[in-house]
Amino acid sequence: MSALKIKKGSSKHSAYDLRSTFGDEIQTHTLAILVDNEAGVLARVIGLFSGRGYNIDSLTVAEVDHEGHLSRITIVTTGTPQVIEQIKAQLGRIVPVHEVHDLTVDGPHVERELALLKVGGKGEKRVEALRLADIFRANVVDSTLDSFTFQITGTPEKVDAFAELMRPLGLIEIARTGVAALSRG
Amino acid sequence: MTSQITGAKMVVQALKDQGVDTVFGYPGGAVLPIYDEIFQQNEIRHILVRHEQGAVHAAEGYARSTGKPGVVLVTSGPGATNAVTGLTDALMDSIPLVVLTGQVPTFMIGSDAFQEADTVGITRPCTKHNWLVKDTDQLAPILHEAFHVAKSGRPGPVLVDIPKDVQFASGVYISNKKAPTSQYRPKLKGDIEQITKLVEAIEQSKKPIFYTGGGVINSGTGASQLLRELVKGTNFPITSTLMGLGCYPASGSNWLGMLGMHGLYEANMAMHDCDLMINIGARFDDRITGRIDAFSPSSKKAHIDIDPSSINKVIHVDIPIIGDIAHVLDDVLNMWKARGRKTNSAAIDKWWGQIGEWRSVKCLEYKNSKETIKPQFALERLEELTRSRSDRFICTEVGQHQMWAAQFLGFEEPNQWMTSGGLGTMGYGFPASIGVQIAHPKALVINVAGEASWLMNMQEMGTAVQYKLPVKQFILNNERLGMVRQWQELLHGERYSHSWSDALPDFVKLADAFGAKGIMVSDPADLDDAIMEMLSYDGPVLFDCLVEKHENCFPMIPSGEPHNKMLLGEATTEDAIGSSGAVLV
Repeated sequence: MSALKIKKGSSKHSAYDLRSTFGDEIQTHTLAILVDNEAGVLARVIGLFSGRGYNIDSLTVAEVDHEGHLSRITIVTTGTPQVIEQIKAQLGRIVPVHEVHDLTVDGPHVERELALLKVGGKGEKRVEALRLADIFRANVVDSTLDSFTFQITGTPEKVDAFAELMRPLGLIEIARTGVAALSRG
Repeated sequence: MTSQITGAKMVVQALKDQGVDTVFGYPGGAVLPIYDEIFQQNEIRHILVRHEQGAVHAAEGYARSTGKPGVVLVTSGPGATNAVTGLTDALMDSIPLVVLTGQVPTFMIGSDAFQEADTVGITRPCTKHNWLVKDTDQLAPILHEAFHVAKSGRPGPVLVDIPKDVQFASGVYISNKKAPTSQYRPKLKGDIEQITKLVEAIEQSKKPIFYTGGGVINSGTGASQLLRELVKGTNFPITSTLMGLGCYPASGSNWLGMLGMHGLYEANMAMHDCDLMINIGARFDDRITGRIDAFSPSSKKAHIDIDPSSINKVIHVDIPIIGDIAHVLDDVLNMWKARGRKTNSAAIDKWWGQIGEWRSVKCLEYKNSKETIKPQFALERLEELTRSRSDRFICTEVGQHQMWAAQFLGFEEPNQWMTSGGLGTMGYGFPASIGVQIAHPKALVINVAGEASWLMNMQEMGTAVQYKLPVKQFILNNERLGMVRQWQELLHGERYSHSWSDALPDFVKLADAFGAKGIMVSDPADLDDAIMEMLSYDGPVLFDCLVEKHENCFPMIPSGEPHNKMLLGEATTEDAIGSSGAVLV
């Protein structure tokens, strides 16, 4: 694709400028989508991502307005700025979609994820797991004589960090909810 | 107390309330209650096709030629899956359709019942929206919403899947006037700030061009009128995509012809060199842009589109305007007039001088022959002999003949050109011509076809004969898959892998077998008489025009090349497509 020797950004306008305007770097965005809670709506959203080759890093969904039958879908996705713009426009086109918010662009927001971790072990390892859980403010929600199940909430990074620490201490299983997010203020 | 009626009755009632006069369909087990209701009324005409794909394409032809949504009724399972190609076609070309499918009864869904298919699952990616109706009380509101969604915003096909028990059960019918208002309300008015920017750009531009598309036609005839006024007022040149032909008259003085891969030299060169590109209802399709990073390098680009996802999808634009074409053009015109109707007319005149030089290349010229009929010649004669008919509708199949038809036939009005642009569906044209003829019984409806495309839905001959539809099937028969053959010549070392039509039927006998008229012509000297015979026959005609077998369609922008690297007719085609272009389609 170089026969014409055109440099990126060599013109102020349009096509040559395509990449320099939007940027090439991959970004992570958190999108909040308000949809009618009707049959198949999640399939429409997921089908859009798979059909057009977009990424889903995490996805959560639940009804948030029982009277209005509205669900909130939170999607963490990655892509170039142009792809992120397309994702938002394409989501907005789905008939049962009411609103699409890009929390990453809209301003400060909080992101939280809940995870359950089952950690097996005895003796010192078991004590160490409990100690670390205390530091991370994870709660024990189930225990046997040779295992604990911890519940931790926090940013995905915090959950990642906790899981990494638990791994050598006998991490057996982990279940994560994916990110729920709200804008601040 | 509200009266209760059956779901099947509701379907017919809802269609009547929506002003539907024609349904294209094919019966089957899961839609029998609806067919029973159709039997017992006379307001809605049902057209029995021979294959469900034909029903959908016919409805597309009906919709495209009238501006009203086309309606299709088919059964569950295979009835629905056969409709998928037509649905995808309509989605790509933004054609409003309401497709009703039968479904197995609700209590059998998921049991792999006879003729069960997950219709809403299968058609989710190929409809604008779809519904599975599980409750008869929901049927009427959903049907009215279906028409609303199909017509509003960027039009498209919708599908309503109706289980058989929902058709039998009774419920409350709500008329379209009492149906709840939809939350789906795409905005029609454009942003006034962006419109101001566009008007300023119009006032200053030295080398402008209007690049119009199917959106102008979808916006209604008013949009075409406003466009014509704007073109006349500004004296800017105008080109159009395949889908937009007719929104500006081919006889108009500012018309450059179609642009794109097989578009006219002057149109593509003007797109490449312009300093202001005003995209009105087109979508920077890859057939138009060619190589993205060399697409119209020095122009400011404005884009008017009702679909926000079309903006900045492939080409970054400087002035995005989201709104309905007619609404936006009205605002643009009013503002431009109020500011004193200014353009840089001296520079525009110079621009026209440059365009004149490109025009003098005469890119559509071809070597005619006295022995064999050149396909271009056949279309020139067809144009000459039918041009005077203001009620002429042209459909096409897909391939070389389609591009030649776009190049050699002139369209004066919108809604008179039906072609499969986005999906490129071979087999589209014949059923589409049936739909057009149903909507316009007295009109001259011609389907320009290739023999291979035409065979893909040839069963619809039965429909054409049954309803006495005088559709003219103008087959340019080169006994080849012409466009495939052309690419194999240019790209694959002239190894013509499976691109010839062997064991072709005798089209005259075939027509005869169906009870239609067949005409075969092979000598250029007989062509005019044969065409006149076709035109004067009151009934379906299969016109088998044996043309030059190895003609290539030019001009052509090879894949992966920019607009100013067009191949012209006599150009050498060796190594025309580079290795990076070879992977493109």
